[in-house]
Amino acid sequence: MSVIYILLTVSVVVGVTFFVIFIMAVRSGQYDDDYTPSVRMLFEDELVKEQTNISKQTKTKTD
Amino acid sequence: MENKHCFHCGDDCGNHPITFQDKSFCCNGCKTVFEIFNENDLTCYYDLQNSPGAVPKEIEGKYDFLTQENIIEKLTEFRGDSIEIATLYIPHIHCSSCIWILENLNKLNPNISDSQVNFGKKTVRVTYNSDTTNLKSVVLLLSSIGYEPYISLDDFNSGKKQINRTLIYKLGVAAFGFGNIMFLSFPEYFEVNEYWLEQYKPLFRWLMFALSLPIVFYSAQDYFISAFKGLKAKILNIDVPIALGVSVLFIRSTIEIMFDLGSGFFDSLAGLIFFLLVGKFFQQKTYEFLSFERDYKSYFPIAITKINKEGYEETIQVYDIEKGDRILIRNEELIPIDGILINGNAKIDYSFVTGESQTISKQSGDKLFAGGKQTNGVIEMEALKSVEQSYLTQLWSNDVFNKNKEEGFTSITNTISKHFTIAILTISAVATLFWLFVDPSKAMNVFTAVLIIACPCAIALSAPFTFGNLLRIFGKQKFYVKNASVIEQLAQINTIIFDKTGTITSNKDSSAAYDGELLSDSENIVLKNSLRGSNHPLSRTLYHILEENNIITLDAFEEHIGKGIEAKHNAVNMKIGSASFVGNTNEKTILNTTVHVSSNNIYKGKFTFYNSYRKGVSKLFNQLKQQFDLVILSGDNEGERENLKKLLPSKTKLIFNQKPEDKLDFIKYHQSEGAKVLMIGDGLNDAGALAQSNVGIAISEDVNVFSPACDAILDASRFEQLYTFIKASKSAIKIIKWSFVLSFFYNLIGLYFAVTGQLEPVVAAILMPLSSISIVIFTTIATNILGRRIIKKTEKPHKSLATSTICL
Repeated sequence: MSVIYILLTVSVVVGVTFFVIFIMAVRSGQYDDDYTPSVRMLFEDELVKEQTNISKQTKTKTD
Repeated sequence: MENKHCFHCGDDCGNHPITFQDKSFCCNGCKTVFEIFNENDLTCYYDLQNSPGAVPKEIEGKYDFLTQENIIEKLTEFRGDSIEIATLYIPHIHCSSCIWILENLNKLNPNISDSQVNFGKKTVRVTYNSDTTNLKSVVLLLSSIGYEPYISLDDFNSGKKQINRTLIYKLGVAAFGFGNIMFLSFPEYFEVNEYWLEQYKPLFRWLMFALSLPIVFYSAQDYFISAFKGLKAKILNIDVPIALGVSVLFIRSTIEIMFDLGSGFFDSLAGLIFFLLVGKFFQQKTYEFLSFERDYKSYFPIAITKINKEGYEETIQVYDIEKGDRILIRNEELIPIDGILINGNAKIDYSFVTGESQTISKQSGDKLFAGGKQTNGVIEMEALKSVEQSYLTQLWSNDVFNKNKEEGFTSITNTISKHFTIAILTISAVATLFWLFVDPSKAMNVFTAVLIIACPCAIALSAPFTFGNLLRIFGKQKFYVKNASVIEQLAQINTIIFDKTGTITSNKDSSAAYDGELLSDSENIVLKNSLRGSNHPLSRTLYHILEENNIITLDAFEEHIGKGIEAKHNAVNMKIGSASFVGNTNEKTILNTTVHVSSNNIYKGKFTFYNSYRKGVSKLFNQLKQQFDLVILSGDNEGERENLKKLLPSKTKLIFNQKPEDKLDFIKYHQSEGAKVLMIGDGLNDAGALAQSNVGIAISEDVNVFSPACDAILDASRFEQLYTFIKASKSAIKIIKWSFVLSFFYNLIGLYFAVTGQLEPVVAAILMPLSSISIVIFTTIATNILGRRIIKKTEKPHKSLATSTICL
């Protein structure tokens, strides 16, 4: 039954790990701006589209 | 015919759009921006949002000061060997296109390695290579694409800002502890006398104790500090019973596990602090992109061009300007000091100061006051005073700007907490006495149980959640309130004082009435066309008011500066201008601005300019007159008195010719008579009055740009909703009172358990979170219903918003 010590240690370690991750996330400024990232993440497509445009242009140039 | 709209900024292109690549632009500036984006494959900008841009402004020489070492030092947040990081505030950031283009700055300038937008704060954080580029060229690049950063004296003084994240940490610690303690306390609640459970009980309990330590000594420390401060000032604020409850909970639980008397109340303790902090967090959230603390420093430039004795231009810090210095003010630059105009064509826009948008022409030798903005080319002036001693800036030396309005105001929560604390202490004393006689062994138990169960978590939560939610609802209706306590103070107002210019009048339009002989058609045409050629502000205004006429070429046109215009076409010879210029000698002195007209040397009549009042002013005043004393406090002359008398309810007091200090003193005097004053103003000249009043609301045509320090900012288009907002604040107080009733009900149940000595940890663990959660649910639902009522009221006028002003 002393397995409970292991279980307790594991649960506390998991808890503390998440807590530390949370503190690190706050410190890095992740929660300072909760709007812009939601917009920024939608831009990836536009950038890719543009890069293909550019590559197309360069292709036509080389052609 | 409908004009085309500019592809870049969305403005009306007028009669002569500039066409480029089949797209029309309103001006060359917009076209240039498009060309820049087009060359760099950034036209995606226009796909994300229609016409997202702004017209780039003329910035020649404006940012020369950005090459100065000490200024760069203050504006950048990091300076390495070859890397600099600067955060710039850009008011124009308003849509996803803005984020996209600003985060792709490196395509326009490869020396910029990274740029990151914070949409909420309207800032962009730019990282660039300082060997190959500099802050000035970054700012110039931003300006050239229509995103001019706003750099003011305020940035220079405040330097690097630290974000305060302690509340999030405290909340995180409390949440972590709360969750884990809940798990550990669970087994005992099932009360199975199982062998293994018995054996590990002490371990579980001491673990809970360990987890509660950071919660009590870190997360809850603000409550202890605040309670201590309150007691020192002999005030029983809400934090006193909270601190008392928390300490009793902690001490009793520790004693219980120490002597193996029970499992303690650690879960209730952690839950209580967690919920309280959530409430605090909710209340703290405010509008990041608005600044409620602005003084003149936010308007003034950091540096200015000085002409030294040898005649060379040099850039100096605004604070270094001395009496007698010659200063160069460029177009669109702000005058930072009082001085005398030496040369140049000065047209000063004092709208930051007075709210009056009409520019004022000044002649060489005239006095210029700080706070005006030059709008017509370069001028040279001589400083008469230093920055801090100028007429406008002196206002800020008044004590009222150092006072904190929240001090000295007893909030509804603290009022109730005073009675509450006394009642609880009485109940616990009586109950303890009773048990001392009946069963002394239970007396201590009952005493602590009463203090624990009565811990006013629900009371402490009702105000933050009600006001916090209402704050959000107001924000959606474009009424931005600084913090929760402002809503509470708004509910207690009994006197409302309005500024006139820019507050109840609109900046955008003014109207003019013609008085005199009717003009013939040909005269009308000449009048309109001669106004067209003049740059005088009154001519511009009159030109826009008069009906469209054919464009003709005048035979002769001459503008006499300071007097008027003389124009000739065929047989019509017109003079437009001041009374003496036109030849009207029997003109009485009147206070309104007038423009006189004569044709072929025969006096025809005059145009009198009136302020154009905001739509719904009259209706709003009639709504307000029942409950409030109304006052108009204006810095202008009495010219509008008759008009205002007609427009407003008869009991409205009209006071004119008020200097900024007079306004402040007027409010101070009425407050000493017991009035709770709401001041509504807009310009920097109202700043003192806004600070002195119980609640100061700044009216703003564009909430992102200019507003003096205040408690709330109201978008000008919602001016007529003011009464709705005041009424909603009063309803919020009612909601809070009801939630107090609800929490007393929970307290009664809890007290029954406590007084009879039956308070088990499990009862506390159920009752305390239950009361907190139900209060949160109640206030949220109630405020949302209130919010829906506000929206219903504002919906109707929405449709007719296009014409937001009336003409008299």
